[in-house]
Amino acid sequence: MSVVAPAAGAALAPREREAAGGRGGLARRLVRSASFDVGCAILGFWVVCAVFGASFAPHPALAQSLLATNSPPSATHLFGTDQLGRDVLSRVIVGARSILVVAPLATVLGTAAGTALGLAMGYVGGVLDVVVSRVVEAVLALPMVIVALLFIVATGHSTATLVVVIGFVFAPLVARTVRAAVLGERELDYVAAARLRGEGAARIMFAEILPNVASPILVELTVRLGYAIFAVATLSFLGFGIQPPTPDWGADIAANYSVIPAGYWWETLFPALAIASLVVAVNLVSDGVEGVISS
Amino acid sequence: MSTTDAPAHAPGPRTSRPALEVSHVDVSYAVKGREVRAVRDVSFSIARNESYGLVGESGSGKSTVALAVTRYMPRNGRVSAGSIEVDGKDLLAMSPAALRELRTRTVSVVYQEPGRALNPSMRVGRQVAEVFELAGADRRSARERAEAMLGRVQIADPGRVMGAYPHQLSGGMLQRVVLAMAIASDPALLVLDEPTTALDVTVEAEMLELVSELRRELDTSLLFISHNLAVVARMCDRVGVLYAGEVVEEGPARELFAQPRHPYTVGLLRCVPDPSARKGDGGLDTIPGFMPPPGAVAVGCVFAPRCALADDRCRTLAPELRDVGAHRSSRCHHAERAAELPRAERSPTGRARAVPGAVRTAGADGAAGTREPVLRVRALSTTYRSRGVAVRALAAVDLDLYAGETLGLVGESGSGKTTLARALLGLVAPDDGSVVELDRVALPADARRRAPAQLKALQMVFQDPDSALNRRWSVRRLVARPVRKLAGLTGAALADRVADLVAAVRMEHRHLALRPGQLSGGLKQRVAVARAFGGEPRVLVCDEPTSALDVSVQAAILNLLVDLQVREQVTYVLISHDLAVVRYLADRIAVLYLGRVMEIGPADTVFSGPHHPYTEALLSAITRLEGAADSRIRLEGEIPSAASPPGGCAFHTRCPVRLASGVCESVEPPLASVGGGHEIRCHIPVGELRRLQSGERDGDPVVAGATWRHPSGAT
Repeated sequence: MSVVAPAAGAALAPREREAAGGRGGLARRLVRSASFDVGCAILGFWVVCAVFGASFAPHPALAQSLLATNSPPSATHLFGTDQLGRDVLSRVIVGARSILVVAPLATVLGTAAGTALGLAMGYVGGVLDVVVSRVVEAVLALPMVIVALLFIVATGHSTATLVVVIGFVFAPLVARTVRAAVLGERELDYVAAARLRGEGAARIMFAEILPNVASPILVELTVRLGYAIFAVATLSFLGFGIQPPTPDWGADIAANYSVIPAGYWWETLFPALAIASLVVAVNLVSDGVEGVISS
Repeated sequence: MSTTDAPAHAPGPRTSRPALEVSHVDVSYAVKGREVRAVRDVSFSIARNESYGLVGESGSGKSTVALAVTRYMPRNGRVSAGSIEVDGKDLLAMSPAALRELRTRTVSVVYQEPGRALNPSMRVGRQVAEVFELAGADRRSARERAEAMLGRVQIADPGRVMGAYPHQLSGGMLQRVVLAMAIASDPALLVLDEPTTALDVTVEAEMLELVSELRRELDTSLLFISHNLAVVARMCDRVGVLYAGEVVEEGPARELFAQPRHPYTVGLLRCVPDPSARKGDGGLDTIPGFMPPPGAVAVGCVFAPRCALADDRCRTLAPELRDVGAHRSSRCHHAERAAELPRAERSPTGRARAVPGAVRTAGADGAAGTREPVLRVRALSTTYRSRGVAVRALAAVDLDLYAGETLGLVGESGSGKTTLARALLGLVAPDDGSVVELDRVALPADARRRAPAQLKALQMVFQDPDSALNRRWSVRRLVARPVRKLAGLTGAALADRVADLVAAVRMEHRHLALRPGQLSGGLKQRVAVARAFGGEPRVLVCDEPTSALDVSVQAAILNLLVDLQVREQVTYVLISHDLAVVRYLADRIAVLYLGRVMEIGPADTVFSGPHHPYTEALLSAITRLEGAADSRIRLEGEIPSAASPPGGCAFHTRCPVRLASGVCESVEPPLASVGGGHEIRCHIPVGELRRLQSGERDGDPVVAGATWRHPSGAT
């Protein structure tokens, strides 16, 4: 290094110390976001119910009591009982499990597939982009429930089918978001520099571009989770999701809504509130994440 | 304090009040709950009809001052101390209504990006007319006056421009429109914030001339803010130099630049490549270190950590701005001996001998033909389609590149410089029939089809490091990847090579863990240079490697490029709009116009002439620090669209000396050798060019072009 002259680059760049921990800063700002905190608290509550619910629920979720069917909320049954005399509170607590297994799995699957598809559409472009874009639009043009029903009818019920079908429906939505972000990145010179090194398309997409579009993907992931919860509940309500007698909010609403006219409102209201609170919680979290990332 | 004295030479016709009086102003920004002072104790005043320049590098606070004098502060910013009076009125005490009135009638601002100052969805005429309507004119007369105003800023066809949308106009034209809007209200103060930074040299020269003329006609004071010392020297009566939010020196422009009285000004002036400086003569001066970030608490002089003259007093006692002569002031304890500032950097090795290009240039005449070029380019054309129209960005370019030399590519934006670079590298698809050969072996047109060895041989330093460096990657990963991929090193050898590269660009080991966002602009460009050298290229294309950087940083990067070239024997293709940079680095120069090589030859010959009329225009458009503005040649209009290039000689529409015989309009001249490896694409014989350019030409060059008859009509 004989040609190196002194001084030129010796001192520390001013910006250097300011941003020493980008990741830590993000987490700290997330914690400071009120909607993120509230959302996490509610979500946390349901996660605890899903994991340990069976051990602290007041009654076994499947225990029928034919002597106490359709009994209104009381001290022994805080949320009342259903047509088979099962404790509604216990079923709501334990019912968190099925939805909190299926919805996140479906979301992760849909986001992963959509990300890969979106990267390919955005980076490779050309015919691939045109063809896949049209297919995506066709899928999006059909009501989600119809697509899901067709799929389930064709492959039969199972939790795995439910995960796959919701993931399949979400993938095009995620792909569109990712594609738009990739189109902006593709024109940047770091991609040109990678091509000058002879990097393959897969490496450019996943090692170079993917980290730079992580933010919109993270936001999309949290938004999709809210929709996934709603979708699982809807499909269960229609009888294509989690099957009785497994406690499940959507399936329980479906089993009991016919007796609302008879005045047995509690059998439907509490599972419905549970669904609503979970969706709201996830949306609060996603608002918080989006606010922090875009600021 | 001397800065607030109104200078004697500018008696105002309206009143004797100064147009702008800034005294002891602090500007603070609230950043993460902390008050950060971006500007400290700044005082200056601008008399009627006076032109005042503020110069400084990025981060010096010059744009903050521009915002403060119009009270266009961002929401987190405020003037936290001092007072600002515009035309005798206290700006800081004004009500919103009074402020609006002031901005309508008294102060106008022109910013760097004209495209962002105009509404993209409104016709230009409507927007200019609005200024008059705001001042109370009715719609019809506003329109008429708008058209007259566009004529006044020398827009040739005001009617057409009135009906156009902003995106249909070029940058230079837009800046004229913005200027027309700014002077429409006949303001007492016109603030120009980097008004020509985004423009080509030729357009910049026109723009500056226009502003000078308007100043003579209008009764307007000027606050001219720029990082370009030469532009400020030319445009301003008095100049203030800003450093880290403080005015460190002030004085009449001519005297200040001739005899700077602050070490920072001295250093800054030395960083600008001298027109006569060549890489063989030794390194450029740089200012070591970095400007302190806004809000940094400085004990003593703010410049002391970077100042070679600093002693203990400088480091403990902050100097006051004090008088150092007639109308001169400096914030330095050693102002009187500022010029003695030791040279910060001189290459210790005898670079003149070590630079291969210097050797080659010496014996270049004719010798070039006998050696084998590293890269041989023949009939390189590229055509892309834009809305169904074929645009020929490059038209049959021939080039030879030899080992260890630097070829400078110059031309205005739109001339095809970047397209040429990208086509060489295989990033842009050339047309069929184009040939790019490396060591006599044709390279596949697409980078994806090139063999690893071919990729390795050709690398690039991009213009904008923010775009060229993956912002999620660490410096270590950015530099290591090409070493692993192209040079095939792994493990300890890889780590050693990365350490070498980082040291070669004078960065330190601790920088390796950082990401680009945590580095300054200069450091980012060093990473980009280190990365490009990682694959041990034989040809390195540098596309405007310093245009995003301040002059002191530019000097450091240029020195680095020269040192690396000496060490690694690399061939450079240097693209730059800055002719001083090209002159400093290049051994040969190619001048591009509308995708055609108009002239190519050894750098000294191209600069000294005889040269192509276009080259002459480019050279005379440079605003130089020393000497008066003597634009001998001014180009008419702007570079035509490559979608519909003029027939015949591509340059004939703007050529000030085109031949009266009409041959220029009908026949494209060949690139003809004029000896010594120098080729010019012009119908005018070289002898005539030499005579024309030796200064014998009389009168206005455009008139001369119309009357001058070529003896034989055609060649």
